[in-house]
Amino acid sequence: MVDMKYVAPSTIDEAVGAILAANGTGRILAGGTDLLVQMRLGTAKPGVIVDVKNIPEMMRIEETAGGFRIGAAVSGAIIGEHPALGKAWPGVVEAINLIGSKQIQGRASAGGNLCNASPAADSVPALVAAAATVTIQGPKGRREIPVETLHAGPGRTTLQPGEIVVGFTLPARPLGSGDAYLRLIPRTEMDIAVVGCGVSLIVANGTCTAARVGLGAVAPTVLLVEAAGKALIGSRLDDKALEAAAAACRAACKPIDDKRGTVQYRTKIAGVLLKRAAAIAAERAGAR
Amino acid sequence: MSKQTYKWIGTRPDRPDGADKVTGRARFGADFNMPGQLVGKVLRSPHAHARIRSIDTSAAEALPGVKAVVTSKDFPEQANLIVPTGEMQVNLRDVTRNVMAREKVLYESHAVAAVAATTDAIASAALALIKVEYDVLPHVIDVTEAMQEGAPILHDHLITDGVEPRPTKASNIAKRIDNAKGDIDAGFAEAEVVIERSYTTQPVHQGYIEPHATLASASEDGQIQLWSTTQGHFQVRGFCSRLLNIELSQIRVTPTEIGGGFGGKTVVYLEPLAVRLSQKSGKPVKMVMSRDEVFRASGPAPGATVRVKIGAKRDGRIVAADCTIAMQAGAFPGSPIGPACWTSFACYDIANVRVVGYDVVSNRPKVAAYRAPGAPISAWGVESTLDILAQELRMDPIDLRLKNAAKKGTKTSYGPTFDTIGFVETLEAAKSSAHYRSKVKPGMARGVAAGFWFNVGADSSAAAHVAEDGTVTIISGNPDIGGSRASLALMAAEELGIDYDKVRPVIADTSSIGFNFVTGGSRVTFATGLAVVNSVRDMVRELKGRAAKTWGVDVEGVIWENGQAKPAGSNVGVFEPLTLAQLAATAGKTGGPINGHAQLNVQGAGPGFGVHIVDLAVDQETAIVTIDRYTAVQDVGTAIHPSYVEGQLQGGAVQGIGWALNEEYIYNAKGKLENAGFLDYRIPVASDLPMIETILVEVPNPTHPYGVRGVGEVPIVPPLATMGNAIARATGVRMTDLPMSPPRLSAALDAAMPRAAAE
Ligand SMILES: Cc1cc2nc3c(=O)[nH]c(=O)nc-3n(C[C@H](O)[C@H](O)[C@H](O)COP(=O)(O)OP(=O)(O)OC[C@H]3O[C@@H](n4cnc5c(N)ncnc54)[C@H](O)[C@@H]3O)c2cc1C
Repeated sequence: MVDMKYVAPSTIDEAVGAILAANGTGRILAGGTDLLVQMRLGTAKPGVIVDVKNIPEMMRIEETAGGFRIGAAVSGAIIGEHPALGKAWPGVVEAINLIGSKQIQGRASAGGNLCNASPAADSVPALVAAAATVTIQGPKGRREIPVETLHAGPGRTTLQPGEIVVGFTLPARPLGSGDAYLRLIPRTEMDIAVVGCGVSLIVANGTCTAARVGLGAVAPTVLLVEAAGKALIGSRLDDKALEAAAAACRAACKPIDDKRGTVQYRTKIAGVLLKRAAAIAAERAGAR
Repeated sequence: MSKQTYKWIGTRPDRPDGADKVTGRARFGADFNMPGQLVGKVLRSPHAHARIRSIDTSAAEALPGVKAVVTSKDFPEQANLIVPTGEMQVNLRDVTRNVMAREKVLYESHAVAAVAATTDAIASAALALIKVEYDVLPHVIDVTEAMQEGAPILHDHLITDGVEPRPTKASNIAKRIDNAKGDIDAGFAEAEVVIERSYTTQPVHQGYIEPHATLASASEDGQIQLWSTTQGHFQVRGFCSRLLNIELSQIRVTPTEIGGGFGGKTVVYLEPLAVRLSQKSGKPVKMVMSRDEVFRASGPAPGATVRVKIGAKRDGRIVAADCTIAMQAGAFPGSPIGPACWTSFACYDIANVRVVGYDVVSNRPKVAAYRAPGAPISAWGVESTLDILAQELRMDPIDLRLKNAAKKGTKTSYGPTFDTIGFVETLEAAKSSAHYRSKVKPGMARGVAAGFWFNVGADSSAAAHVAEDGTVTIISGNPDIGGSRASLALMAAEELGIDYDKVRPVIADTSSIGFNFVTGGSRVTFATGLAVVNSVRDMVRELKGRAAKTWGVDVEGVIWENGQAKPAGSNVGVFEPLTLAQLAATAGKTGGPINGHAQLNVQGAGPGFGVHIVDLAVDQETAIVTIDRYTAVQDVGTAIHPSYVEGQLQGGAVQGIGWALNEEYIYNAKGKLENAGFLDYRIPVASDLPMIETILVEVPNPTHPYGVRGVGEVPIVPPLATMGNAIARATGVRMTDLPMSPPRLSAALDAAMPRAAAE
């Protein structure tokens, strides 16, 4: 029976101040689709809830010299309706739009998905593949980090006390680029990824010139599998290159046996999804 | 029997409870409230098996806002006495221990104390203040391990029943049952092909969307009022009476609308606690389970091991069938091992049969009924084995079943001889269905399996009242879990010859109608339907009497036709027919209100048979199963309201598909459930499935005036093997363990193709 305070500041500075003042009991509220569930389960008991949905910078999508800046609290539904973003980064958008259901999409944000720090978070492997960077603001000002360095372990991030994720930056897309995200779930929806795989490629004259692969749910954090990217770069995305990249994904897996899947199954599926996601990304790269 | 033509039966009007359900006005268990009510909550065991050394509730009782605390001390000891609840039997000595642990906790989340407080937060805080000292004991979850010598023993008094000579040592095997027919050894000696396999199934939860909920109010004069979401409010009354030593007539239970039960709401968990808390606090007490509590502490259906051996001639004639089932009962004896054994070979006319069953306790929640309790489990073994036999003999799987199908006159291995049944008709309808005649699409495979359920009758009471304007109320006492109010109203309208809209069915509380056995066993449309028909006939007798009085003729001279009293013939005299409305308007002058009543113990429930067909694909890399087409064929007696019959077939099929593919209880090494929620306990979601097609085969039940057979349970029996048989034909790998979840199926596929997996 603790008292709980709710604030909804309109600037990031105020939000940082409120979180700091809460002395470790503060929690950011974006869509609340993780936080409110945890509160109902009793696993989260915040003293101060800092709702960031009144902060304009965190609620908008901007186009910047070919790239995009996405506010951390923008909902999946809004992201899904952004025409230019969906054209440039279809894999990132499909990953964010896979989160939950229509109702969840109306609230859930990519910032919340990232900061909740689940190894199975759907948007993160796609953001990792996309080489997204994260803008963070805290008591010491702003900093910018690669998205794959934000997770520290299940439920833990590298955010320092008082730090808030403001948004993501996605780079500009040259001609011949494509990305894709696939996840495996036992059912067709309303489930948590047993494995998630994001692939981003640039293809010139049939040869892959850049590739990044993000893997989810196979380790304590979402992984950037550099070896898988390397196996694809320079290839014509032929079966041999895809199998090499799949092998790199399998090798990168450090999964656990749990109620959602076995080590053996997760490892196998990481390779399967790599091949399938790479094929979709390649097709998208050719299609533009 | 030639096909009858009816005016109302077989039509599809809106259900009487439909509008309130789609608008949200309907009141379910948690929607009932009283002024001044308290919140009741249960403290549950963190251990799978432990002796309770002490319980100290003093700190909780001292917390401001806490009005009552109860433990097992507040419930009298019960005799070793078995009573029926729906399709299963329970022992009162065990029931009182299941609702509140006494000497021991026997499964994780077993109730050990309960509190009533002014707010939810205070009730939760009070639970944290209750100090329980446990001596943790070794536990056993698995049924095979529980049967082994040296396994941790749950009940020191449990001696295996049904074994000669009677064992002297306690074990976890509560009983052994045997049934047999013919000479099994001679049968196998005669066989030209013998198939033998062992199978396992995992426990599955009924998965009703609405958690258990109750509101209890104990008055100072000893009267008790209860609102409960239940399949049997008379059973709630009976259990509360027994467990709390209160006379039945002092307890009035009102059933709420029910958000699913499927057999799981035929027992009590919260009600006795809420009543005792209300008695102690002097206030109404409301208790609602969380989903977590539903999974951890309310009855699932059992898991089991099943060994099946079938011997046949090369022409497909089965000459011997043997089956052994060991079934989890949960923490207390009483799994549906009986029905599992009896149904195992009931579809088939086999000369030599032997079935052995074991009822086994382990440190899991006590199992409860779930649609055709036990039958899907034995059918999984038998129907999978038959599919292997069909493949071995290169026979069409429906032809194999037709060759051996039970018919009128077939004697079952468990005793009864079948009257008119529709298994052959059902198989033939499946065989000639558009689905079965269609070509299997490339990349797909087809599976077929059958299933059987007895259906039951038992006790029902009903009343029919004519209102002053001639409209009719039908009063019965079975909670409506599948559209039964619509079916009862249709039968009453048919019988009376008036419009369906003029008949209002209501479900009365325990003090407003005579006794009714639970809603279960697919009995309501059949047995309570018969009570309703008889109550209407009783009312018609009265109506004819009133017309006779009006006309001054003998009652034999009056007939009832199309909702009117008419003279039986010209010799009676010439009278204008009297409508129900006219007779109602003058009732005061002809003898007072016009009502009808009926009460009976209904026998002669017609068994039902189902045949299911699936086309599916298996992704060879991910082992994800995609269902392309699914058809459920069933003999349904007469489909009183075809939409709700189809709904039963579809719902049963879907629950069976979930059982086959993903549903399971996952326990960790400490005996704690790891997937107590709908995220990781995976029932199918709508997008997993195509529309389930249905074919209703109408073979009327000769013992019911409208030919009704129960329909709600048969459809969950065939799907497990239907899915497994299709998966075997799609992949060449025969799965014997459920669920056939992607990780498990993938491992089996890899094991079958070691080279491909190693690449
Ligand atoms: C029914 C259901 C289905 C779901 N399905 C999926 C799914 O398919 N895939 C999936 O990945 N997830 C799923 N989720 C989980 C959840 O919806 C996602 O993780 C979602 O993206 C969280 O976003 P949110 O805005 O609601 O986060 P919130 O709940 O508001 O926040 C989540 C966490 O991040 C912190 N936080 C939020 N924003 C910031 C910020 N800007 N800076 C610092 N910390 C922050 C919060 O304090 C909290 O700890 C599901 C949840 C539900 C209830």
